[in-house]
Amino acid sequence: MIAYVPVLAQVSGTGIVEYLTVFVLAAFVGIEVVSKVPSILHTPLMSGSNAIHGIVLVGALTIMGEAHGTAQLILGFLAVFLATLNVVGGFVVTDRMLEMFKAKPNERAAKAKVADDAGPAQDGGGPA
Amino acid sequence: MLAATFTLSDARDLVYLLAVAGFILALKGLGSPRFARRGNQLGAVAAVAAVAMTFTLPALRHSGRNLVLALIAMVLGAVIAVPVARMVKMTAMPQLVAIFNGVGGGAAALIAIIELLHLHSIGEKPAVYVTAEVLLGVLIGSVSFSGSAIAFIKLQELITGRPITYPGQQAINAVVGVAIAALIVVALVTGSLTPVFILLALALVLGLIFVLPIGGADVPVLISLLNSFTGLAVAASGFVLDNNLLIVAGTLVGASGIILTRLMSSAMGRSLPNILFSAFGAVITATGGEEGDASRSVRTGTAEDVGVLLAYARKVVIIPGYGLAVAQAQHTVRELADALAARGVDVFFAIHPVAGRMPGHMNVLLAEANVPYDDLKEMDEANAEMSTADVALVVGANDTVNPAAKTTPGSPIFGMPIINADEAENIIFLKRSMRPGFAGIDNELLYDPKTTLLFGDAKDTLQKLVAAVKEA
Repeated sequence: MIAYVPVLAQVSGTGIVEYLTVFVLAAFVGIEVVSKVPSILHTPLMSGSNAIHGIVLVGALTIMGEAHGTAQLILGFLAVFLATLNVVGGFVVTDRMLEMFKAKPNERAAKAKVADDAGPAQDGGGPA
Repeated sequence: MLAATFTLSDARDLVYLLAVAGFILALKGLGSPRFARRGNQLGAVAAVAAVAMTFTLPALRHSGRNLVLALIAMVLGAVIAVPVARMVKMTAMPQLVAIFNGVGGGAAALIAIIELLHLHSIGEKPAVYVTAEVLLGVLIGSVSFSGSAIAFIKLQELITGRPITYPGQQAINAVVGVAIAALIVVALVTGSLTPVFILLALALVLGLIFVLPIGGADVPVLISLLNSFTGLAVAASGFVLDNNLLIVAGTLVGASGIILTRLMSSAMGRSLPNILFSAFGAVITATGGEEGDASRSVRTGTAEDVGVLLAYARKVVIIPGYGLAVAQAQHTVRELADALAARGVDVFFAIHPVAGRMPGHMNVLLAEANVPYDDLKEMDEANAEMSTADVALVVGANDTVNPAAKTTPGSPIFGMPIINADEAENIIFLKRSMRPGFAGIDNELLYDPKTTLLFGDAKDTLQKLVAAVKEA
């Protein structure tokens, strides 16, 4: 990608350089944002970022607006369909994963506490 | 153009900008357990807003038939995606992520192709940089599409999950690589369509031959890498369409995906090139011959004995692995933890970064069973407490506690950090059989004098343990 940058800049004048600027800045943001993620969240993060690139649906819709002729329409239909699978499925499945990440320290701690208060007296046991 | 005229196009760009901010915050939120869900929901809202705003594009709005087709495709996609995403078992999560990733890559490749067809159909010869953008979109998107499809097929065990090697592999790789490079040059110089179509076909082949030799525990790392590829393909389609939203969202995923991939591979103690290009499979078959060494004796116990041992222990560390998930025993293992906690036993789960089939997968499975995440300790934290544990209860895990990773330099898992179950006073293995784990290698720990084995389905055995603990 980097290799052809200077050539393109000359060919196209301003536009492409602006997009490349955005590209480079976004890359730094992307690196920065995930550099400190605990491993317990690696799977949801992979799944969540998978959903985010599903925004390619916007691109598929845009190109669908321009499509002319049967071939382009068929490919466009396919692109919109695939992108929708990506974005909808991605967000739903990530939400389902994260829905289960609940901190319930009170319930378990309370249970353990009750057992602590009542338990050892009768049990009287150390390790077997 | 004066600032006073705020057009619909400006509004669209503004919503896209807000969506970009939403995505960045979403990724940020996904990095912390407390905000992860809200982060993902914010991302979804941003995506809905951006997609809705896209329908204000004059070309799409006034295109009649195209608009109808687009809506049908979207409805169709949503109708399929929602139930699948809702109903697939949590254990099948890796392959589901693979398939959703692959279709995104496919969409990005199609967008690039359509744009090129469109330019040709209106008789415009694309500028060199436009062709370059199209080629990148087609190449990366197609590799991600076919690669993800193969990863899906492997994880779904429609074909063997092991690395697949074949004669002349290197030669075929070289031919495909050179052909792709040549096609890119030809396409850039001539600007014609044919080389792009051949490139599309070859890129699909490249995805296939890239993924086939990668197997076993490495596939999840591969999916993360392919996720990153799809991000870059989306960014490329953003360049093709002059759309900043796609450039930023795609690049965010591309860059963060690379970092995530590196985090995952370092959790396995391996470098990324090693995972992608080493002959991991060859080593496995070399050591795999020793598996099932019947002459060596192991100690087996009964659920009652182990139940008593657990009930009167001070500290029990539960080390879950993929076998737990296969047996659908997440809920039963939580019952056991609760029963032990109720007796005042200090009990926690030690989670290896690659327990399950994807990094973090085990956390998801246990969270599904309502285990509070405070009870889940990461490997380093757990290892610090291992030597003071009375019992290490290994449920369906194998490679992640295999001391060969520390002691046997020739082993395929050598160098992978492990949970030091061997430091606990007693080690209990719940296993279905003596079959080796995902990496296909034997585990010395099974023959350790401190080790007791309980054979059987993890769920049944755990139920017996719960009963035994309650009676003890």
